Amino acid sequence: MNTENVSNAKTQKLTSHKNGDGIVGIKSAKWLSLPYAVWMIGFIIIPLIVIVYYGLTTVDNRFTLDNISAISSPINLKALLMALEQSLISTIICLLLAYPLAMILSKSRMRSSSFIVMIIILPMWMNFLLRTIAWQNLLERSGIINTVLKFFGLPPMNIINTPKAIILGMVYNFLPFMVLPIYNVLIKIDKDIIDAARDLGANSVQTFLKIILPLSLPGVISGITMVFVPALTTFVISNILGGSKIVLIGNVIEQQFRMGNWHVGSGLSLVLMIFILISMAILSKYDKEGEGSGLW
Amino acid sequence: MKKIVRVSVLFLLMLLLAGCSKGDGEKVYVYNWGEYIDEETLELFEKETGIEVVYEEFEQNEDMYPKVQSGAVRYDVICPSDYMIQKMIENDLLAELNYDNIPNIKYIDPAYLKSAEEFDPGNKYSVPYCWGTLGILYNKTKVDEPIDSWGVLFDEKYAGEILMIESVRDGFAIALKYLGYDLNTTSEAELEEAKELLKKQYPLVQGYFVDQVRDKLIGGEAAIGVIYSGEAIYSQRENPDLEYVVPKEGSNVWIDGWVIPKNCRNKENAEAFINFMCRPDIALMNFEYITYSTPNKGAWELIQDEDIKNSPIAFPPQEVLDRCTAYRYLGEEVEQMYIEKWNEVKSE
Repeated sequence: MNTENVSNAKTQKLTSHKNGDGIVGIKSAKWLSLPYAVWMIGFIIIPLIVIVYYGLTTVDNRFTLDNISAISSPINLKALLMALEQSLISTIICLLLAYPLAMILSKSRMRSSSFIVMIIILPMWMNFLLRTIAWQNLLERSGIINTVLKFFGLPPMNIINTPKAIILGMVYNFLPFMVLPIYNVLIKIDKDIIDAARDLGANSVQTFLKIILPLSLPGVISGITMVFVPALTTFVISNILGGSKIVLIGNVIEQQFRMGNWHVGSGLSLVLMIFILISMAILSKYDKEGEGSGLW
Repeated sequence: MKKIVRVSVLFLLMLLLAGCSKGDGEKVYVYNWGEYIDEETLELFEKETGIEVVYEEFEQNEDMYPKVQSGAVRYDVICPSDYMIQKMIENDLLAELNYDNIPNIKYIDPAYLKSAEEFDPGNKYSVPYCWGTLGILYNKTKVDEPIDSWGVLFDEKYAGEILMIESVRDGFAIALKYLGYDLNTTSEAELEEAKELLKKQYPLVQGYFVDQVRDKLIGGEAAIGVIYSGEAIYSQRENPDLEYVVPKEGSNVWIDGWVIPKNCRNKENAEAFINFMCRPDIALMNFEYITYSTPNKGAWELIQDEDIKNSPIAFPPQEVLDRCTAYRYLGEEVEQMYIEKWNEVKSE
């Protein structure tokens, strides 16, 4: 049996070599996409269907909307608003920090900029959880930062287990996702366009507002999505840096799943997905008006 | 060539995934609390029996239950707490033990087997592994009064210095006991009152934790924390300023036991594992490593250190146990009520 298989494989290999180059190209391209297709169906589409199913049914498999309307209970609504607030603030802070940085990077010489980009990516080589736990140790009352502050006779900083610590954790973890897309768009802007604007008498503020900013919008938008979405759904950062005292919608969903209530957990996840879709729809509309292209 | 490699890699991956769900005679799948065993005992078990141990951990009973109930993962041996064992028995998730394969049961103190009958009548499904009380661990240098009541957890004087436990039942047990109610109450009015008390406590609390309470108290991050007795001995070793007390209002006494789920892969291996864990020398190794009280009389007799052997924390006197109650499983509906009220506390 075995030898037969081997010889079969060999002949197959030979025949595939005999085929015309072009045909092999197209065929193998199709083959190459197979793992991704399997991946997408198995790990994205099917789980999504399962979540929709759970979200719209009761324990005894009858259709219901109760799991969706569970969001209107005061506790869940508060958690959702809290999550929206925290992730919005984090996204804005990330944007304010990332845009100037990306501008500086795109203008500096190639070698030094790629070095700085690497430094920005460097923390991502370490596990996200570890980095967040490290922040917990830094921020703790008798943690490293407070020890240093005390050494210099400065008042201690008590932000651990407060919303501030969670925002700090979000900004720290998601900042690279804002910097990189903006940087990528900025370096692709044709210098001639900027020179032309200058030739036609635009000052640097005008050049920025009328040329650079509109052209970089696709990067900004993909950055916003990449920060806002994970920040809105996180439960790990709020658990570790919030001492389980601050309950975001992600924590509510996590708890529902942990306690075995998959139906309510899925229903709330669906609501969260709707919020994400709305925010993405708004953003992509903005993108079109801003004449942005590529990326989406 | 490339595509053949890719296809075969994919195929292999699928085979691997399929292989995972197949039964295997020479393995035992153990699901235990976090930091709840001396891992050396697992190696010894593997060496002596040739059965490989696949070991996984959970943080709360409530994390473990849905995994086992849904059959998503099949374990051979699990170590839930009393009320959870009762819930699993009631929901028909556990297999009856065959004591012919667990002769070392004779080393377990009959007193604990009797306590275990509270949740497992006839000891049909579980073998006690560890037990303990719920209490307060505090730093003597940070409080200026003797601590003997749950009241300190609601005292504004200690705002920001209190670590609460991130556990629905334990959280409510504290409030209920402080108010003078039964910690197994099913009365909504009593629970509501307890909830209001916990809500008032919320601003005073530094945070809600499970495993971290110990480390934070050792490190001097807080003055007072709620903790299981088993963590207290270890904490005192690390920081002699710490003191453990079971409050006078009464508290919870719990027993964690080994059980075998109905959907296990290999019941004989599971029973061999439980039997091994009951051997006095192994039980002693575990006791010395995790410092949670052992119900194993054989192991207790082997303890060399007289201080530990007579420790009021590890082996509290009868009068302490008399004011402690075990949790009972209260049914799906009441359980949901506890969870909802706990969420209300935390959404302050």
